[in-house]
Amino acid sequence: MTAAPAILGDFGEAIEFIFKERESVSGGVQIGGIPELAGFGATHMIVSIAAVAIAAALAIPLALWLGHIGRGDFLATATSNVGRAIPSLALLAFFISFIGLGYTNVIFVLVLLAIPPLITNTYVGVRQVDRDTVDAARGQGMTGTELVRKIELPLALPSIFGGLRTSAVNVVATATIAPLANVQTLGEPIITPQTYGFVGQLGAAIVVAVITIAVDFAFARLQRAVTPAGLKLAEPAARRRFSLPTRRRLDST
Amino acid sequence: MTAAPLAQLQIQKPGGSDSCVADNGFCPEWIVDNIDRYWTPLLEHVYLTVVPVAIGFAISMALAIVAHRRRWLTGPIVTVTGIFFAIPSVAAFFLLQPLTGLGYTTAMVALVSYTLLIIFRNITTGLRNVPGETRDAAIGQGLTERQVLFRVELPMAVPEIMAGLRIATSTTVGLAALAVFAGAGGLGSEILVDKRFKSNVVVAGGLAVLLAAAFDLLILAVQRAITPWQRARA
Repeated sequence: MTAAPAILGDFGEAIEFIFKERESVSGGVQIGGIPELAGFGATHMIVSIAAVAIAAALAIPLALWLGHIGRGDFLATATSNVGRAIPSLALLAFFISFIGLGYTNVIFVLVLLAIPPLITNTYVGVRQVDRDTVDAARGQGMTGTELVRKIELPLALPSIFGGLRTSAVNVVATATIAPLANVQTLGEPIITPQTYGFVGQLGAAIVVAVITIAVDFAFARLQRAVTPAGLKLAEPAARRRFSLPTRRRLDST
Repeated sequence: MTAAPLAQLQIQKPGGSDSCVADNGFCPEWIVDNIDRYWTPLLEHVYLTVVPVAIGFAISMALAIVAHRRRWLTGPIVTVTGIFFAIPSVAAFFLLQPLTGLGYTTAMVALVSYTLLIIFRNITTGLRNVPGETRDAAIGQGLTERQVLFRVELPMAVPEIMAGLRIATSTTVGLAALAVFAGAGGLGSEILVDKRFKSNVVVAGGLAVLLAAAFDLLILAVQRAITPWQRARA
């Protein structure tokens, strides 16, 4: 409770922990401060980016292809259902107990968590492309590959980026429990209170929350940016066409 | 002071001479002998799922009905609940502790906040997907706006609402496994008791997955029971 305003209480101390080094709870070691947290943050980001990149490289092409040939309704729904039902902590513990600790395992777990939303969103995105548009493109003589590359992929991009957003947020959030497998991410102070104390736990929680919201926000922006101009134009018009008559009548009563 | 839930206790392994248990292996015999220790965490987990989903459903329903009348509220509600949704649960469990302390309250507040976006979005979509002609017919028969909502629109939105409940429930089962960080027990605490012991991880994790599946089937059954007209059509 030094310089921090008393009104912030634990939060004030936690913010101080983020910016200034201090002695650990058990003594002897310096903890906290920007340099240490930056190190944890770097590990956190490397693990997360690697996991999302691997998952995207595996899941997006597969789901694009399945969407293109129109097979995989079952896979798309099943993966997301199963993905939700398995607790991330259980998955991580399963890998720790059966395979062991370390980077590879953590990234593997995070990849598994990132895949379901990517498959579902990519598949649904491709299937949602207006069939008339696809027929028109085919009529103009486009081959299958051209169709995917020039029509289905661009029109499915908003949905695909929605999936990337969900995956990225999940992965960054789950990377917090990676220290259970000896990978020192930002969760390290949370998992080792005997060294960091409650203030350290709270400080790390603040950093993790801020980073995750930033990732969510960044992907939301990105999602808007990759939406083809044509889709942006079509959207409000479509909404008007379908809902205006009844809504006006209801509103006036 | 918060070290308690994370204490690296080792499971008291009875029959230490058993090499399977000593090797942290997957031991069916140990599981049969020790299954009793998992009932309390399982019940806690049920509690940590049912209560937040029920509270979250009540709040979301109220918000959705308000937003149904005043559509401009939909955007702000989705933004705010979206931010709640984005905060990692582990972080939320600590961020709330200075306010609500260690234990169930903290876990409940955080878990409720995660259900809001999911359920709210599904109720709104369901209400919006009611065909305009249906609404017109109801108004034409002389129903008031309130009657249209409760007798026509909400019943017709049941499938979407139930889909939202299913997603919210399975998500909450998963997140409740992390409620151990809020000091609220559950199957997650049992996993952390000995995360290297394969038998322990498989039983505790497996129970969580089974619980999610059981809830899913239960909600599906309820949906079938309360929408007899859907069955008739199928």
